[in-house]
Amino acid sequence: MAQALVKPKIPVEKQVLMTVNGNEAVAYAVKQSLVDVVAAYPITPQTIIVEKFSEFVANGEVDTVFVPVESEHSAMSACVGAAAAGARVFTATSSQGLALMVEILYIASALRLPIVMAVANRALSAPINIHNDHSDAYLMRDAGWIQLFAENVQEAYDTTIQAFKIAEDERVLLPVAVNLDGFFLSHTLENIYMLPDESVREFLGGYRRVSKVKVDYFDEEVPLALNPARPLSFGNLDLYDYYFEHKVQQVEAMKSVPEVVREVNEEWFKLTGRRYGDGIMDGYGIEDADIILLAMGSGAGTMRSVVRKLRREGLRVGLLKLRMFRPFPFKDIADKLKNAKLVAVMEKGISPGSYGPLFLEVNTALYELKERPLLVNYIYGLGGRDLVPDMVENMVKGLFKELETGLVQPRLRYLGVRE
Amino acid sequence: MVVKTLPEFPVKKGEPAYKLWIFEPGEKKEMPLVFNLRQLAETRRPALLPGHRLCAGCAAPIVVKLASFAFRGPTIVVTATGCLEVSSTIFPYTSWAVPWIHNAFENAAATASGVEAALKALKKTGRLPYDHVDVVVFAGDGGTFDIGLQSLSGAAERGHDFLYILYDNEAYMNTGIQRSAGTPKYAWTTTSPVGSVLPGKMENKKPIAEIMVAHRIPYVATATPAHWMDFMKKVRKGIEVEGPAFIHTLSSCDRGWRHDTALTLEVTRRAVDTCYFPLWEWTPQSGYMLTDRSLAIARNPKLKQPIEKYLELQGRFRHLLKPENKHLVKELQELVDAAWEELLRKASNAPR
Repeated sequence: MAQALVKPKIPVEKQVLMTVNGNEAVAYAVKQSLVDVVAAYPITPQTIIVEKFSEFVANGEVDTVFVPVESEHSAMSACVGAAAAGARVFTATSSQGLALMVEILYIASALRLPIVMAVANRALSAPINIHNDHSDAYLMRDAGWIQLFAENVQEAYDTTIQAFKIAEDERVLLPVAVNLDGFFLSHTLENIYMLPDESVREFLGGYRRVSKVKVDYFDEEVPLALNPARPLSFGNLDLYDYYFEHKVQQVEAMKSVPEVVREVNEEWFKLTGRRYGDGIMDGYGIEDADIILLAMGSGAGTMRSVVRKLRREGLRVGLLKLRMFRPFPFKDIADKLKNAKLVAVMEKGISPGSYGPLFLEVNTALYELKERPLLVNYIYGLGGRDLVPDMVENMVKGLFKELETGLVQPRLRYLGVRE
Repeated sequence: MVVKTLPEFPVKKGEPAYKLWIFEPGEKKEMPLVFNLRQLAETRRPALLPGHRLCAGCAAPIVVKLASFAFRGPTIVVTATGCLEVSSTIFPYTSWAVPWIHNAFENAAATASGVEAALKALKKTGRLPYDHVDVVVFAGDGGTFDIGLQSLSGAAERGHDFLYILYDNEAYMNTGIQRSAGTPKYAWTTTSPVGSVLPGKMENKKPIAEIMVAHRIPYVATATPAHWMDFMKKVRKGIEVEGPAFIHTLSSCDRGWRHDTALTLEVTRRAVDTCYFPLWEWTPQSGYMLTDRSLAIARNPKLKQPIEKYLELQGRFRHLLKPENKHLVKELQELVDAAWEELLRKASNAPR
């Protein structure tokens, strides 16, 4: 049956087909997003973003002021200063760089600054390793940032542009981290469709517009920025009499995020013909699945191809790709997983002495259900270890056998590690 | 406190001092540098308003107020974590009459880089409704000599247009008088206590202003709040140059230096009189130039006081005045003399 297709505003033939890697895709997205300030420091595997963007600056293709800082700590510090002064701001980092930034990540979100940061996910030291896993993204889990994960280069491009719209939405005003897997996406060429510059500008509504707030001193609402016409103080000392309320406000702001992410995803769909599930998660074959794999990032692509193959073989298996890790969509995820018999949470990171952070969230989400699927946690791909389709296939088949026996133990497992 | 009508700037005679500095978009007036005290009092309001909670006798607010008298127009202030920051902005209050941001301890210069980059971007795209908005940083010695040195050095190397004013009270006063790289040799602090073996801090003070000179930025100077005209002139110069400027001010702390609250300015004055803290400025064109009292001392060496005159006012050096520590005072005097002689050799306006 032919599906009624809505013709996007910018049909594919009017989009620009380019062969780029994930980092270049992000750099192009930033170039098109009328970003005022980029402050960044090189680190593998993110470096190409900064290099590519420096070329745009050197060739006068952007009005952006590029601040080649002396560390990631200063990168985020400069982003905070620039965003507070009313600029649209971008930075990018990975791994150790993100670890160095952590102090300021918390400040950026608490000051409600809509900074966008690309994180080319890489393992944390030691041992030093430049390849992909999600331990850096998990490191910033509690920093108050919105965390989105891209599965492929096209999604990295699309998500970067969307991130500015999400971050600057008046209901949100929070920083957004766009995660793309190091090397698997950052250095892998893919044919992607890019929008014409003016369409991106229109989508974002031009330059950043600073939100207004009501403060005691002034009668009218004033711009929430460092503004000589209406001076405000940013980053005050906040003691036991106010800190708690301010933290709760920050937490509350996260509540509007899913709605905004969904809206932006739909708007993007109308504009480009592309969308990623509902913007928060994207299911594949989950409606009738006995076993559902839950994954974030590029690994979801590999798993989808395996799931497709196994479904053709008659196995009732599905994939739920999670695009938004913070805020965590507890209710939505429980709705999607509730009919499964077993859920395998696949993740590239672990909290030593516990499980993978994603697994803990899913546990919490499922606790609300009267009848819960069994849950297992597969840790895979640490330090860039490849996820081979056969590996996933054997894992799924093994899980079906375990389901038959009724004994699913242990809960924490490793996929692709030598004994 | 809700003010119903927005105040005009500069302040009119008889107006309260707690109004904010308002520069309506498009305002292009440049504020003149005023040295007549009556005129200053009548026409200027400091950027740091009354009601802040810095200690009685603290030099930091004097430094900030004097500096702000030399601001030329719309100005954004960045402050590192420290006494000045925690005491001036306890929510829901703020003492700052100008747009102000505090980010963290070690990153005031990086934050200022960001603010300056944003202003540059806004100007480039025609969204800045002023000719210029100046960026001024206030940071203490911990945030400058120690934890903030990397960020300061980076920002200086990148050439951002901002003025960094160090208020150097020579220890971590906000956390309770711990030694920093700005603490002078043989000073008592809580982490360099005077014991039966050690006579206070054993290391020399880091020559921060010279480190900034080595960056070859457009303007570097030293100042004290006691030499206020000299300081204000330097602030205006630092704001007017294109690129980074750095002013090292000696900012006494009566709690940490253990002196009477009434002696705040006298202590910093004696620091200059004894040549412990000479006043100079440096530009790539002119090199070192002595200013104010230090120039007078260079011309008339008889004015130079012995280091005891500086030490005797402060409890943190009390142990040095004991007879058994005479050799330590002698050593300090030699250090001061050597540094002063070196400065005289370097300063292009010192008498030969």
